Amino acid sequence: MNHIGPIFRALLRNKVGAVLIALQVAVTMTIIVNAIHLITSRDDLMSRDSGLDESNQFYITTIGYDQNYDARYVTDSDLDLLRNVPGVVDAIQINALPMSNSGSSRTIKNAAGEDAGDAGAAVYYVDDHAVNAMGIELLAGENFKPTDITWREMNKGDWPQTVMITATLATSLFPDLEPQQAVGRTLYTGDDEPMTVVAVIKQLHAPWVGWGNIEHAMLVPQKSDSVYAHYLVRTSPGSRDAVMPQAVAQMEQRDVGRMVLEHDTVNQLRSDSYRNDTALQSILWVIIVTLMIITALGIVGLISFTINRRRRQIGTRRALGASRGDIISYFLTENVLITFTGVVIGCAGSVALNMWLVSTFDLPRLNLIYLPIAMLALLAVGLLAVYGPALRAAHISPATATRNI
Amino acid sequence: MFMYYLRLAWLSIRRNPVLSTLMMAAIALGIGAAMTTLTINYLMSANPIPDKSEQLFYVQLDSWDPNQPYSEPNEPPDQLTYRDATQLKEAGAAKYQAAMSQSAAVVEPEGLGKKPFMAHLRLTHNDFFDMFEPPFLYGQPWSDEADKQGHLSIVLSKKTNDEVFDGANSVGQTITLMDKQFEVVGVLDSWELKPRFYDVTTGAFNNMEHGYVPFKLRETIEMPNSGNTNCWKSPEGEGFAAFLQSECINYQFWVQLDSAAAEQDYMSFLNAYVEQQKQLGRFPRPLNNRLSDVMEWMENQQVVDDDAQVMMYLALMFLVVCLLNTVGLLLTKFVAKSGEIALRRAVGASRTDLYWQHLVETALIGVGGGIGGLLLAWCGLQGIKTLYGDNLAGLAELDLTLVGIGIALAIISSLLAGAYPTWRACRIPPASQLKTQ
Repeated sequence: MNHIGPIFRALLRNKVGAVLIALQVAVTMTIIVNAIHLITSRDDLMSRDSGLDESNQFYITTIGYDQNYDARYVTDSDLDLLRNVPGVVDAIQINALPMSNSGSSRTIKNAAGEDAGDAGAAVYYVDDHAVNAMGIELLAGENFKPTDITWREMNKGDWPQTVMITATLATSLFPDLEPQQAVGRTLYTGDDEPMTVVAVIKQLHAPWVGWGNIEHAMLVPQKSDSVYAHYLVRTSPGSRDAVMPQAVAQMEQRDVGRMVLEHDTVNQLRSDSYRNDTALQSILWVIIVTLMIITALGIVGLISFTINRRRRQIGTRRALGASRGDIISYFLTENVLITFTGVVIGCAGSVALNMWLVSTFDLPRLNLIYLPIAMLALLAVGLLAVYGPALRAAHISPATATRNI
Repeated sequence: MFMYYLRLAWLSIRRNPVLSTLMMAAIALGIGAAMTTLTINYLMSANPIPDKSEQLFYVQLDSWDPNQPYSEPNEPPDQLTYRDATQLKEAGAAKYQAAMSQSAAVVEPEGLGKKPFMAHLRLTHNDFFDMFEPPFLYGQPWSDEADKQGHLSIVLSKKTNDEVFDGANSVGQTITLMDKQFEVVGVLDSWELKPRFYDVTTGAFNNMEHGYVPFKLRETIEMPNSGNTNCWKSPEGEGFAAFLQSECINYQFWVQLDSAAAEQDYMSFLNAYVEQQKQLGRFPRPLNNRLSDVMEWMENQQVVDDDAQVMMYLALMFLVVCLLNTVGLLLTKFVAKSGEIALRRAVGASRTDLYWQHLVETALIGVGGGIGGLLLAWCGLQGIKTLYGDNLAGLAELDLTLVGIGIALAIISSLLAGAYPTWRACRIPPASQLKTQ
């Protein structure tokens, strides 16, 4: 390492190539750091627990089209049918499917009157089988009783007396209490219609995967009296793929003036909802890999060029007693100097780009741990790229020094 | 002279095939990435109705909660209440005006082997067709009378007509929806809007509707409405009528105003309307009405996806890396040619001549890179289509403009990359180089 002085001074005499490599490394690092940051932040989004037993669940959506369609009769008999399909653990009718990106929400208040604290919450209209069919866990309190369940008519404001809320919603409404302590409290909605919290759910996602309050959800003990119906079905572990076609076939066989619109697994629902995120991740990976290759090739090209120009100097050094190792270490050190300058600029660039992305697109802030990792990775790429040309330089014969003069 | 330079450039490229390929590949990759993402952004931000985008206006009225704005900072709601939508239509203060909302119903086609299917419908007024000018294959819009009385009339999309009537002229025939016989009054020709600007409330790039029906049917036969419904206040009273009269917003409203004067007049009309509603105890917020033309509305609704923009900026930086790379490689190449350059200078070529000669060479590399880049962009778009599926349908297609932009971008960027190396190569003093030969 005692060569750094002369190497540095030699670099200053031929700045352009070094500046080009440094700049290339800096921009590459800026892109890579922000791309990796985007990839991991999407990973964080996608790995959130929805609270459901996703891999053992599927849904069926039906719509009644007959003029004499009797929603209550059909819903109850369809539920009976589904719950009796072999392999089905439980089934419910639900107004909106978690992660489906369509549903309804309400403003919930922690006290009556205008000035009460409030929070928005996704509303799921379900019956007393919901805890079992969704596979959710209750932190405290009791499930709905069969007698709690009423019918919700379209465009009517009847609001039931009891609800279950998620722990996160409980904390938002009662910041001073443990979530469990929300059980037994009264909440209000609309024109101060009261409802009692009968249970607190450990975790359940709202239907909108992009919503900031995705953990704000509540279950309301009502079945929907409408032409549309979603059924969420939970099967015993491992039997979903066998049970789903059977259940759908049995539903389709009934002639009650409704048709099955669609059905699919909850896993599929999830991957459809997060499709744009997975797509973005794949694209960013392609960008990262090609960038690394391009930068490496650029370094190879430029270093080969400088080595060719310095053939005679290298030969002279060899003739004056420098070993092959000395030559290799010269070029490696030179490369480290250049790349290091590049990654230092790259650090500043990465942070600047991230700040701009945060302010323009509301993206999450950069985790600074990526900076040293990216610096090391790029230094390694630089060394790998320069190693081949340096090895060739080391093989330049000392006799070269004597030719062509 | 140009042809001569072109020949020289070709020879020079052939002399260092590896270096030249590397340069073209670098440019091609950069252009490919940039074009792929530019295409998506370009198509997302395209003007869907260029001829009329400055005459069509989206109406917003601030009917929201007195305690908080619909969204910060003090943005009016993005939709209207049923009450306001129908009253603005009745007032008829603009040249054309139409309220609309999304609806859906099961269609039961007649004939063997045809299964019932779910049709996405749009409830609207017949001015819809005058404003957005969809092409008619058969028939025409429904009458004003049908609008007022809520006739069971329907205009079908081409696709629906193909499915239900096998593409025949179905005007005058009936089709069963919600167990009612609707009369087909018109059939549209293919009509795809990207973005589907007239209603972006549930996504700007959704598919077009299966059919269009009179708005009045929302009330008379209680056609369901899909799309987003937002309420800041519960309906007063129960039942469907109370729901329609509530402060819940679910309707879009467009007007056509042909001049700036008409726009001003309509704005005063809206303000007067809101003042009058305030007398009735509605509209508790300060006056905050908006008229946005098509492109303003697309901007306001942020139709261009954030992810697409972020990707575009990253891809443009990627292009910068590729260009820095090319600068380095060109330097290498031209310096390796310094002997030849010195010789040409010695036998009388001026610096300008040499400059042109090398610019032609650079541009040739740019063209090669550009063509490669377009091929890569095409592959990239296919990849993106596979990754995004229906979410980006119709937004990942290269058109002639984009191909032109791609080639131009490639040439401009390669000339930029070539400027410094060329300048440096031409400054080579002939004598010093010739000496060592």
